[in-house]
Amino acid sequence: MAPVTLRKLVKRYGALEVVHGIDLEVKDREFIALVGPSGCGKSTTLRMIAGLEDVSDGAIEIGGHKVNDLPPRARNISMVFQSYALYPHMTVAENMGFSLKIAGRKPDEIKARVDEAAAILDLGHLLERRPSQLSGGQRQRVAMGRAIVRQPDVFLFDEPLSNLDAKLRTQVRTEIKKLHARMQATMIYVTHDQVEAMTLSDRIVIMRDGYIEQVGTPEEVFQRPATKFVAGFIGSPPMNMDEVIVENGALVFASGIRLPIPPRFAKSLRPGQKVTFGLRPDDIYPSGHGLHAGDPAAVHEIELPVSITEPLGNETLVFIQFNGRDWVSRMLNPRPLASGEKVRMSFDLSRAHLFDIDTGKALEG
Amino acid sequence: MKLKKLSAPALLLLPAFVVLAAVIVLPLLFSFYSSFTPFRLTKPETLWVFVGLRNYVTVLSNAEFWVAFGRTVLLLTVALNAEMLLGLGLALLVNKATHGQRLLRTAMMFPMMFSPVLVGFQFKFLFNDNIGFVNNALQSLGLTDQAIPWLIDGNLALLSIIIAEVWSSTAVFAILILAGLLAMPKDPVEAAHVDGCTPWQTFRYVTWPYLMPFAFIAMTIRSLDVARAYDIVKIMTDGGPAKRTELLWTLVGRTAYADARMGLANAMAYVAILLSIVFTVYFFRKLAAARQQIGAEW
Repeated sequence: MAPVTLRKLVKRYGALEVVHGIDLEVKDREFIALVGPSGCGKSTTLRMIAGLEDVSDGAIEIGGHKVNDLPPRARNISMVFQSYALYPHMTVAENMGFSLKIAGRKPDEIKARVDEAAAILDLGHLLERRPSQLSGGQRQRVAMGRAIVRQPDVFLFDEPLSNLDAKLRTQVRTEIKKLHARMQATMIYVTHDQVEAMTLSDRIVIMRDGYIEQVGTPEEVFQRPATKFVAGFIGSPPMNMDEVIVENGALVFASGIRLPIPPRFAKSLRPGQKVTFGLRPDDIYPSGHGLHAGDPAAVHEIELPVSITEPLGNETLVFIQFNGRDWVSRMLNPRPLASGEKVRMSFDLSRAHLFDIDTGKALEG
Repeated sequence: MKLKKLSAPALLLLPAFVVLAAVIVLPLLFSFYSSFTPFRLTKPETLWVFVGLRNYVTVLSNAEFWVAFGRTVLLLTVALNAEMLLGLGLALLVNKATHGQRLLRTAMMFPMMFSPVLVGFQFKFLFNDNIGFVNNALQSLGLTDQAIPWLIDGNLALLSIIIAEVWSSTAVFAILILAGLLAMPKDPVEAAHVDGCTPWQTFRYVTWPYLMPFAFIAMTIRSLDVARAYDIVKIMTDGGPAKRTELLWTLVGRTAYADARMGLANAMAYVAILLSIVFTVYFFRKLAAARQQIGAEW
């Protein structure tokens, strides 16, 4: 049983504060992903949990015990590094069994547990090789094997897939997900890739500049982003956003384009109020080539010129000229569109997001 | 006419080959030849008397030679191990330094800047039994009231020489091992911490295997140096007292110049070179093995 709790956790390097007192409760056996752009403090936070960085202020608890001053070896954790961090002078089997050897376990037991982990990760035929004789994907599996063998309370992953090519990344991602289902351990996973975070985790923590922006299930952070930053970060292609002014029951863009106020915001907006309007590519589509959320009355149609298209086979990303810039829309059952062609576009306003222009916080409808 | 047939690269390299041949290859061949003659500097005509392997037989059956040989191996073993341990310690300490690391690295190299002859004089003075700094310090600190005969007692004299050698060359190890430490990836060390290693275990199982090739490079370089140890010994004790610090090369030097028996001295030198080669080959093999172990790509 190992929940992980961060209380007012702070990291400073000299005068520079990079993590500003974050609070987080990771439940036992939960898979949680820390995501954010480079320099948001996610890796630093993970390394503090691992004990590889000192905690400047606040507390880290693993399994209910404060571990701030414990060295990594006393925390019963495993970590998978971006660079694999295998021991180059040891064979795969020795790499995987190293922690048990250090712990003074018997050779029989070590062998049994290494073999078990190797079977899970399909490494059986590589046990006598050295890391230099392995491919990137194999090395990463060995690194995971090394983590499994310890049977830790908490698994920590530091961007484990970043050094792999796209195809391998998908494969190993699946393996990590299976691993979580099998191990039933708490896992904390750092990545800058929102797809990894969405596909793997029970809950996602979105970080920015040393603060937590939002914590929620993949569905929550996608459907109900708490801030403009989260809305722009989660989802691919990102949400279309622009500033509007509220006027006479309409949202007016700088270019003069007017959209009706989305029904759920009808009461909360004041005339003259400036807000950021956001709509995901899935919720804009050439009429007849998309799915509305269920309220046909909230779908607003405008004729707009196509800028370019990116066909993906099953769908096409259509960039349309809207309010002086290109907005992305997702076209299902695509038909060919020419650049410059005017197309009737459906805006599903029941799915629109509005954000406070100063704080970036999502407005509640 | 014939020169024109040489290609341009060969032609351009020719001067270098000629110079090398004149200053290295010819003397080498000449010395090798003379090791088969009873050549004495005082009797030039003996250069033309061929005596086959007689000099080698004399050398190999000479107890004095074997004593010097053994003492050289002893000096090599003790000095290299001491240098490696001290150099490793220094490198680890300097690597920990957060401020002024460059300054420390530079300071660490100071001993390498002195000519061995100067180091010899310096330590000859330090270890002088009457006016030396070492005795003076020991007496002032009340550790002894005796004048310890550092360079006069046979065992102490060898120890003094080893100390001088270690002082002047620990830096070679320290620099190379520090280079290894600086080049070492941090992640395996962190992985070891997470895997449950104490700092000592981390060093023993992760850091040290990585540093081994660097230590062996230093060993190889130093084994060539110490196997021809001459200057420091020549200055500090000149093989004395009563030949108790006679090493291979002081013996060769004495035989060649004091006794003027050039032929015999050359035979000794060739046997001594074998010793160097054996050490070098040994360390090269260790180096290759250690490199392969860590999967080094250099």
